[in-house]
Amino acid sequence: MAGSIRGSGIAETAAVLPSPPRVRGRRWTVLRQAARTRLGPLGVVVTLATIAVALLAPAIAPYDPVKQDLGNTLARPDRAHLMGTDNVGRDVLSRMIWGTRVSLMAGFGSVALAVAAGGMLGLLAGYAGGRTDGLVMRLMDAVLSFPPLVLALALGAVLGAGLGGVVIALGVVYTPTFARLMRGQVLTITAREYVEAARALGAPGWRIAWQHVLPNASAPIVIQASLSVAFAILAEASLSFLGLGVQPPGASWGSMINAGRGYLQQAPWIVFWPGAALFVTVVGLNFVGDAVRDALDPRLRT
Amino acid sequence: MGRLVLRRLLATVPVLLLVTAGVFALIHLTPGDPVDVMMAESVDDSVKTTLRRQLGLDQPLYLQYAAWMGKLLRGDLGRSIRNGEPVIENVGRRIRPSLQLAALAMAISLVVATPLGILSAARRNTSVDRFGTTFALFGICMPNFLLALLLIFFFGVKLRWLPISGYLDPFEEGLPGLRSLVLPALTLGLALAAVVTRTLRSSMLDALSEDYVRTARAKGLSESRVIRGHVLKNALIPVVTVLGLQLGTLIGGAVITEYVFALPGVGRLVVDAVFARDYPLVQGVVLLIAIGFILSNLAVDLLYGWIDPRIRHR
Repeated sequence: MAGSIRGSGIAETAAVLPSPPRVRGRRWTVLRQAARTRLGPLGVVVTLATIAVALLAPAIAPYDPVKQDLGNTLARPDRAHLMGTDNVGRDVLSRMIWGTRVSLMAGFGSVALAVAAGGMLGLLAGYAGGRTDGLVMRLMDAVLSFPPLVLALALGAVLGAGLGGVVIALGVVYTPTFARLMRGQVLTITAREYVEAARALGAPGWRIAWQHVLPNASAPIVIQASLSVAFAILAEASLSFLGLGVQPPGASWGSMINAGRGYLQQAPWIVFWPGAALFVTVVGLNFVGDAVRDALDPRLRT
Repeated sequence: MGRLVLRRLLATVPVLLLVTAGVFALIHLTPGDPVDVMMAESVDDSVKTTLRRQLGLDQPLYLQYAAWMGKLLRGDLGRSIRNGEPVIENVGRRIRPSLQLAALAMAISLVVATPLGILSAARRNTSVDRFGTTFALFGICMPNFLLALLLIFFFGVKLRWLPISGYLDPFEEGLPGLRSLVLPALTLGLALAAVVTRTLRSSMLDALSEDYVRTARAKGLSESRVIRGHVLKNALIPVVTVLGLQLGTLIGGAVITEYVFALPGVGRLVVDAVFARDYPLVQGVVLLIAIGFILSNLAVDLLYGWIDPRIRHR
């Protein structure tokens, strides 16, 4: 759902529902796989292109993204300004290109933070058990008791405006998802016979964690992470639309859209281009996320 | 069922305690002195000292928490710095538009998603299905504020059919009030409809491949009776779960939607409080939203137990 910032609702359902083993028509399976193989690479291409734009921003942006030209405001797209200019005459294309950096840094940064923090908390809870487990998991429940955007907004407010605050706020919002996932994996994997065998052979706890638990737990974590990045990017855009995140005159897609919404009639391009960039990036990342899930977890492919 | 209710209620208590601690800590996470952040530098030092004392910021942390909790249990959430009124009254004034928006959005999403999800699954791989799945993908990847601006652009600016901001109470103003809610509710409702369509379609497909469906068809039931009598009921369980999971997103979406359409609801209140650095108000509203969220999740859980007997008896 739009603006959803706690990862894919669909993925969460899969984890929550005690669904019976699925049986589906063979034709359907084949068709879906065909569709996937078409969309996966498309998503990869879009995502790689986005990353390239972000990395090459200083080289490919035709203008300085914050340089105003008050003699040339709200200019229609033309040869000089391919996507037009905004209300203070800044080049929309250049701002969009620089905004790509902000979006990707927020998306990947906050998810990386959540994977690290959630992974460690989940490992701790799963291993320690007992009271520690209870405390850590109740803490995660408490974080989940806030609607994600409201929590991010409140945290962003106290952490101060700026990209750093938003990355940390979103990182906190996503942490419980990964903590729950990791804890579940630890509990399942440490109950397996080969772990019991390793323990009987005298392997220390950290070795079991490092050699058995982490490699086995990595697949679901990677799947969830790849799906979460898209939602984190949407969330950053929502927060910077509201005015948190990168501060003016810095460019981010959300803040560009907010600044342009007063000029919808005279200069719709100010909103259109960053909006399109946001939408295409999120669709691309979703395709990649689905493809990663299919590649790593064939059981979910059905 | 009674045991389920009790168990779930008890499990909520420690979480609620942690939530209050978290909300309380919010004001202390602020880098620097919260009062300095809240007030401009020009404000007199004695005013700041008074506010600091009012907020109890000159006391040790555990005493502050105890005092805050004590007030909380008596229903006192503190006062807004901006208008000096109790937080509860601030929220009370704003809750009506928010609830109306949520109800209308929910209605729109079900009206759109139910036929679309069912038809997509029943006529798999036809143009209806392709439309349904594309709609779902668009809705899931489209941020609320962008959809809101698209709707404003077409229905407000181009066609001039509907008002693009402001709010009138439909129960007092009638049709103009309803009209003021249409675009915000569409924004929120279409996004939700996308998720529901996708879930309903995939759970319908699951149910359609079950043995009891083959049996129902084999005994000669018409396809519409198979779907109405056997498939739909089973397919609805995941939909309820997803609706529950989407509650948080719905609230977040409402914050954005109310902001874009200048709708004086609770979501708009949060944003305004955050940017006015009215920390007591932020604390109070966030806490109330969290409690509301926890309670509605509880309600969804119980609803789930009521729909699916397998859950009830676990």
